Amino acid sequence: MKNDIILAGVGGQGILSIAAIIGYAAVKSNLYLKQAEVHGMSQRGGDVQSHLRLSSEEIYSDLIPEGKADMIISVEPMESLRYLPFLHSAGWLITNTEPFVNISNYPDEKDVMAEIRKQPRHVALDAGKMAEEAGSKKSANVVILGAASPFIDIPFEKLEEAIHFLFGKKGEDLVEINLKALRAGREYAQTNK
Amino acid sequence: MNKLLLLGDEAIAQAGIDAGMSGVFAYPGTPSTEITEYVRSSPETKQKGIVATWAANEKTAAEQALGMSYAGKRAMTCMKHVGLNVAADVFLNAAITGANGGLIFVVADDPSMHSSQNEQDSRVYGKFAMVPILEPSNQQEAYDMVHIGFDISEKLQVPVMLRITTRLAHSRAGVARKEARQQNQFKLPEDLKQFILLPAIARKRYQMLLNNQEAFQKLSDESLYNQYFPAEDTSMGIIACGLAYNYLMENYPDRKVPYPVVKVTQYPLPQDHIKKLYDTCDEILVIEEGYPVVEEMMQGFMDRGKKIKGRLDGSLPRTGELNPNLVGKALGIPMPETTQAPDLLTQRPPSLCKGCPHIDSFLGLNEAIAEYGKGRVFSDIGCYTLSALPPYNSINSCVDMGASITMAKGAADAGMTPAVAVIGDSTFTHSGITGLLDAVNDNTNITVVILDNATTGMTGGQPSSAFGKIEGICKGLGVEEDHIKIIKPLKKRHEENTQVFREELAYEGVSVIIPRRECIVTLNKRMRQKFKDKAKSES
Ligand SMILES: Cc1ncc(C[n+]2csc(CCOP(=O)(O)OP(=O)(O)O)c2C)c(N)n1
Ligand code: SF4
Repeated sequence: MKNDIILAGVGGQGILSIAAIIGYAAVKSNLYLKQAEVHGMSQRGGDVQSHLRLSSEEIYSDLIPEGKADMIISVEPMESLRYLPFLHSAGWLITNTEPFVNISNYPDEKDVMAEIRKQPRHVALDAGKMAEEAGSKKSANVVILGAASPFIDIPFEKLEEAIHFLFGKKGEDLVEINLKALRAGREYAQTNK
Repeated sequence: MNKLLLLGDEAIAQAGIDAGMSGVFAYPGTPSTEITEYVRSSPETKQKGIVATWAANEKTAAEQALGMSYAGKRAMTCMKHVGLNVAADVFLNAAITGANGGLIFVVADDPSMHSSQNEQDSRVYGKFAMVPILEPSNQQEAYDMVHIGFDISEKLQVPVMLRITTRLAHSRAGVARKEARQQNQFKLPEDLKQFILLPAIARKRYQMLLNNQEAFQKLSDESLYNQYFPAEDTSMGIIACGLAYNYLMENYPDRKVPYPVVKVTQYPLPQDHIKKLYDTCDEILVIEEGYPVVEEMMQGFMDRGKKIKGRLDGSLPRTGELNPNLVGKALGIPMPETTQAPDLLTQRPPSLCKGCPHIDSFLGLNEAIAEYGKGRVFSDIGCYTLSALPPYNSINSCVDMGASITMAKGAADAGMTPAVAVIGDSTFTHSGITGLLDAVNDNTNITVVILDNATTGMTGGQPSSAFGKIEGICKGLGVEEDHIKIIKPLKKRHEENTQVFREELAYEGVSVIIPRRECIVTLNKRMRQKFKDKAKSES
């Protein structure tokens, strides 16, 4: 088994929490894992990405080679396109549709969506709205993870377990909201992929 | 023991704790910051009484580590590559004094300059100081090599360099821990003159360092982490240093490299392995992260006949971080077809946070200085350097920590008025104080703006050594009290703040303006914590 995942977003949007959830679930599933993060300058509102690699065999490179990623998981639509050179020709693009506009020359939203729809295998969803329905807009990143979960070769229960573990310290309410968010994202992907 | 999922930086930190380190001394700098952060937040640090401290700069940090080594205990000092420029004096001289308790300089290089002014390669410094260098290829080796480094340092009484690069520092993987070792007892150096580098002693110590080179070489030759992997196809031999080994392996999914390979993780270079490779193969490809250090050594000044490939001959790019694709191309492996990112994609550069105090400072300064024209603001390194970008376009330099004040002084001495320096609070205590003293002593006409956001913002909000001390320091240096002005950078105070900037720009002499308001990020963090603590105490 091998999953090479590019996580994309803007500094401060919580892609590292997605990585932490998958990471915990992967370790509990006895998989090898490598996860390259971006720290430093770009975290101040710049574009950030994380290379997350899961495998049943030992992993060497911390970086995913271009053209080899099994999926791009993005919490921001334009950012999802930035990493297309990494995506395998049979890979999936899973992205939030809500733009994060902190630059003056953000492209036309419609054009961004058109580019996303050009991708033969994509799931695009308004994660913020779905997260709000689950109880907190802040869980948008977990909705996106839910939408990616059908393509990740880790049992879904392990992801749920990770949410229990990682959010447990912050209270049962938050665990429930995030579990709801995760399931909502998954359901969306399963019906719309 | 269960594996821990750790960043390369964190693996080094955990290894320090497990290897009986008594102290870590550092100044923050990407990508090294998380080492000290991890030690500071680990519960074991408190239990074991380990000192984990943020120093004023890399030099003061490294000297504290050397002092701890003098006292017989294991110490680590951590910095980013350019931090070693600041600590170079102690680093090179510590190679001569030697160590007593184990001493490791952890230096994190930043090829591709993700968060740095340059991509200098610390192995050059290691060679310059003539000390052993360890260059782990993965998180587990990073962990292991801290243990090895301390052992070498104590056995051969020499400081050891542990060199990592951004990708290892900031990538996570499973790490197995070793059994924890006790800290050393306090123990003075056997020779109480060891650390006195007066010429007569220094010459002796220097000779000892030179004599020790053979032992360093032997350690490298015998290191289990420097490996020779034979293979059939001898049309090429490969030298892969540190992290580069991973990119090599990535290109062979069955993990069978057809060419003989030497994996280098310890310097001086393992002579036996390299000789054997050179003699066996028709040509050599050197894959290394950073400068073509090994490649140049292989090439030598006089061409010895065999072709050496790498960053110098164009097989790999001369600059920037490596990756599996670049290495694959150098190996002649066809790369998969890739989709281009669409043209509509725009850059998303980092920017000052919404509500950042620096914004109001620069808006005031911009307005006040407009009448003098552009090109008069020397800046320094920190979040505030982002004011170089639109919409502010406020500053004209960013060179090295502290250079704002001294460059402004030099320009003022050349006749520029006004000459302005903009420097953060942490940068000021790192390297700005001495420059300000120069300006006071010469009564130079400069205006120094010390942006006091009560933290080291750029690297994630470490405490600032300057906290609560800035006016006192300026006064102590001799800046006139009437020209030390504290303002609160807020939108609603824009007019009055701009007026303060105007007055001090017009003043002929050294003036200091201190815009003081906490960084929004640390403020929010503090508020959240307060809220949590309150909720806890109520329940
Ligand atoms: C010699 C050296 N050490 C460390 C760094 C990394 N570094 C860049 S900016 C900075 C912190 C600046 O803090 P401060 O001056 O308070 O400004 P702020 O980011 O808070 O605005 C650090 C540690 C560096 N570039 N050079
Ligand atoms: S981290 Fe703090 S100092 Fe840096 S840009 Fe944000 S608010 Fe400003």
